[in-house]
Amino acid sequence: MTTVSIPDVMRILPELILAGFAILVMLFEPFVPAGRKRVLGWIALLGVLVAGMAFTWAPPNAGMAFSGSIAADGFSYFFIFLFLTIAALALLGSINYLERDNIHHAEYYALILFSTVGMCFMAASAELIMIFLGLEISSLSTYVLAGFRRHDPRSNESAMKYFLLGSFATAFFLYGIAFVYGLTGTTNLVDLAADLAQPGKWSTLTRAALILMFVGLAFKVSTVPFQIWTPDVYQGAPAPVTAFLSTGPKAAAFAVLVRIFLGLAGPSGPAAFWVIWISAALTMTVGNFAALLQKNVKRMLAYSAIAHAGYVLVGLAAAMASGSTEGASAVLFYLAAYAFMNVGAFLLIAHLAGPGEGRTEISDFTGLGRAAPGAAACLTVFMLSLSGIPSTAGFFAKFYVFRASVHAGLIGLTIIAVLNSVVSVYYYLNLVVTMYMREGEPQAARTPMPLPLYSAIAASLFAIFYLGLYPNHFLLLSTLSSKPLP
Amino acid sequence: MESGYLTILIYIGAVVFLSAAILGMSAWVGVKRPTREKLSPYECGIQPVGDARERFSISFYLVGMLFILFDVEAVFLYPWAVVYKELKWFGFTEMLLYILILLAGYVYIWKKGALDWSR
Amino acid sequence: MVAEVTFFILSALALGSAVMVITRRNPVHSALWLIVTLFSVGGVFLILRAPFLFAVQIILYVGGIMVLIIFVIMLVSVDVSGRQQQFSRQWLVGLTTVLILAAELGYALYRGSKGFLLARSAPAAALENNTQAIGTALYQNYMLPVEIASILLLVAMVGAVLMAKRKME
Repeated sequence: MTTVSIPDVMRILPELILAGFAILVMLFEPFVPAGRKRVLGWIALLGVLVAGMAFTWAPPNAGMAFSGSIAADGFSYFFIFLFLTIAALALLGSINYLERDNIHHAEYYALILFSTVGMCFMAASAELIMIFLGLEISSLSTYVLAGFRRHDPRSNESAMKYFLLGSFATAFFLYGIAFVYGLTGTTNLVDLAADLAQPGKWSTLTRAALILMFVGLAFKVSTVPFQIWTPDVYQGAPAPVTAFLSTGPKAAAFAVLVRIFLGLAGPSGPAAFWVIWISAALTMTVGNFAALLQKNVKRMLAYSAIAHAGYVLVGLAAAMASGSTEGASAVLFYLAAYAFMNVGAFLLIAHLAGPGEGRTEISDFTGLGRAAPGAAACLTVFMLSLSGIPSTAGFFAKFYVFRASVHAGLIGLTIIAVLNSVVSVYYYLNLVVTMYMREGEPQAARTPMPLPLYSAIAASLFAIFYLGLYPNHFLLLSTLSSKPLP
Repeated sequence: MESGYLTILIYIGAVVFLSAAILGMSAWVGVKRPTREKLSPYECGIQPVGDARERFSISFYLVGMLFILFDVEAVFLYPWAVVYKELKWFGFTEMLLYILILLAGYVYIWKKGALDWSR
Repeated sequence: MVAEVTFFILSALALGSAVMVITRRNPVHSALWLIVTLFSVGGVFLILRAPFLFAVQIILYVGGIMVLIIFVIMLVSVDVSGRQQQFSRQWLVGLTTVLILAAELGYALYRGSKGFLLARSAPAAALENNTQAIGTALYQNYMLPVEIASILLLVAMVGAVLMAKRKME
């Protein structure tokens, strides 16, 4: 007779709180008059804060919970904290955006929370079925969020493409799980690792199952050749939603990749490693070179998001090659740093693009440096950090990944990565040059930043400089968190 | 195990035979004197207008979608129902929580007016 | 013996009606044939001693998903699709995929269960009362996934209402 113990519940307390607040927001939605929906945004934010405080209020005790479904370890706490931060920033940046564009429905906040719940379960589960459920919850919510500008055809296109390709991807992931279950009789990662550690357990089918799961997750993190949807979806979705889904679900999928590939693929031989190696090289190159050609800011950042996924894969390849924690901790550091700079950049662009997001071409930002010096300066910092200029978070993120990959002996991959980041500087700086050095009347909105957005941008800037100037604290944290339980 | 299903199989056979027999007999034995009026589709005495296959309202889709979601919920009740005696209060609480969460969804749908046909 | 004969009848029915699904010009007819396919597959589940799967097949697929498919068919103009070219121009790609899949399946059948390190299949005696076994597994070891599944359904509800409601007040 199984019962649920208190420590079990404590280990998923943040998720429970988030889900509770999400249901609360959803239930209140129809009762709150149209002009006051903002209140529900604040309730959602409160939910995120309470979930975050649950960590300090109920000191996390690491261990498995719910018959081995949940692995509450440093790794999952790191990611849950990251997701909560991303959700909080996205909520802060959305409240005024939704009011401005007259798409203010409180389901938005509920869906952000639900999606975060899904992501948390993805990172915290040691059970493939739970991971799949988390993936589906977070995906379903983001499909709807991407289409939130219901009267904008591009937003509809975005939601449609994301939905079709996303469901296709989760089907791949599920297919992989089915194979794993058929081969080993278990879907629990701990049992699976034990089962596959026996000699002679690895076969072509096992590798095929692993590759299928990789394909499913590769769609989510948009690695080449599964990146086709990314530019259209990121461009068409409302910019705060893009901020959220280019960082949150991506980090969650990487968390699952790390858990599965570092936990299981060790004895699988070079096959899985080379899949990661090749897709890392391709992803960086395709993302960066395609970004060079873009004329739309959101589209450019979408390709940059693809490129960044490639850098993270370099870290994963390093972790798989060396087996040390250095690679995994670089992956964690990178995902967190990338989250801050990308969320900040997209939220700022959502504001600057003006009502209806009418001005997202790079040329619209001409002369912004003079017209709105504050916003232009912030955007410059985000671009510099994305390109990896020293003293920003982006620099150390890249530095740790490259260092790990050199230590793992992946010289070729490191050279490709370094060359790629040199290329990427061009298109990031192009935007900065457009803002400061091109003559012309700025088309981008010059209305002052509303306070919630302002605080989100300020928090992102602070995090970027903190990680860029004092990276050691955070590196220590990510190193401590980089060893998943199973 | 198999014998239990054998009766069902016989039953299916009987159903197929009976319906085939009734339809076949009436087609074979019955007297057919078709006129134009008799062949026109019967719509409660109202003059039939146009094709039945016109486009449906999107509300049908929404109702269909919600029906599936609650259908999935109901499917989870079957394996619960066969073991709820062994699960005792633990199982009861579990199912209660599960249904309460979905009840929240029902309240949302209701209040949102998604079931209101006229809106 | 009865089981074998029934299996072959149901399989033939499933395959035949599946062919009818993809060759009918009228999508409503395709949908009706699909019901036959789903029923036959449900029957196969029963022969494989999976009564729960059989119930799910009937309740969810025949009962729920078919209704939705028919609604969706009625959402688009049936007349237009009747006049369109039935098979898209990617038939070569489709055919290649089918051949590859057939080759794979044939290879798997040829090698048999010895060719792959599949987990051992359950003995027939263990299959008695497996709905109870599913219930015990779902509501004891997998209780968290079950509860989380309700959240998934909730998100789907919100999404369906948001996407399909005509007017947002």
